[in-house]
Amino acid sequence: MTVARVPSKIYLFIMLMVILGPLGNVLLGKGMKRIGATAAWNQAGLLHFLTQLSGSGVIWLGLLCLMAFFAANMLVLSWADYSYVQPASAVAYAMVALLSHFLLGEVVTPVRWAGVLVICLGVLIVGHTPPRTTEYRG
Amino acid sequence: MKTEIILLFLIMVAGTGGELCVARTMQAVGPATDLRPGALIRLILRALQNGWMWLGFLLMAVGFFSLLEMFSLENVSFVVPVTALSYGFGALGGKVFLREQVTRKRWAGVLLVCLGVGLVLIGQR
Repeated sequence: MTVARVPSKIYLFIMLMVILGPLGNVLLGKGMKRIGATAAWNQAGLLHFLTQLSGSGVIWLGLLCLMAFFAANMLVLSWADYSYVQPASAVAYAMVALLSHFLLGEVVTPVRWAGVLVICLGVLIVGHTPPRTTEYRG
Repeated sequence: MKTEIILLFLIMVAGTGGELCVARTMQAVGPATDLRPGALIRLILRALQNGWMWLGFLLMAVGFFSLLEMFSLENVSFVVPVTALSYGFGALGGKVFLREQVTRKRWAGVLLVCLGVGLVLIGQR
């Protein structure tokens, strides 16, 4: 099987995405669990919800991680196809399972772990395709 | 359950649509060749001058707030893997909207990712 040559910077920034994205999601999940669901979708309800959001340090930390994730995502997309980057970053699901299990104490069943492994296998196959197949439009 | 289904739809379609718009922007901006902070800021500013980027932000905001609401209803380890169903949309969007060459091998990888998501779903129940 021919392995597509991939610049190491693509791997590096995908790894950053894999770490920062799930970390941000887990922090947001933790913050949202504390705040609870939106009581009402009217103006007063949304205002109350946004006030609670902006007062949560965990939510802010989660947002910071997601902003860094977004910057890394932009850079990777300037080097590689979206249909390459999106599946390749699915290694994040293994991270989510680990973080949810160890940080939030959620139960991750063997079937879900198997799902994570299949996702990783899919990512491996995508990783063996050429990262960029289009010309720049600029 | 109806709320969860609507939220999942918004997370997948709006979220992926937003990312496709960002990818389109980066196709126009070109490759990042200099990773120093100043050059990165200039790259981001160039991207912000592209209309696709703003449409991407709008769609991603819809997806993001749907995700936040979903987090308050379900466990993170359930919500985040389910959003991986958007991988199918993503590959299709890459082929049609961005004109990327999604080869059989790449499709196979995407299908495995979706299968993995299915297993994660079954494991939830």
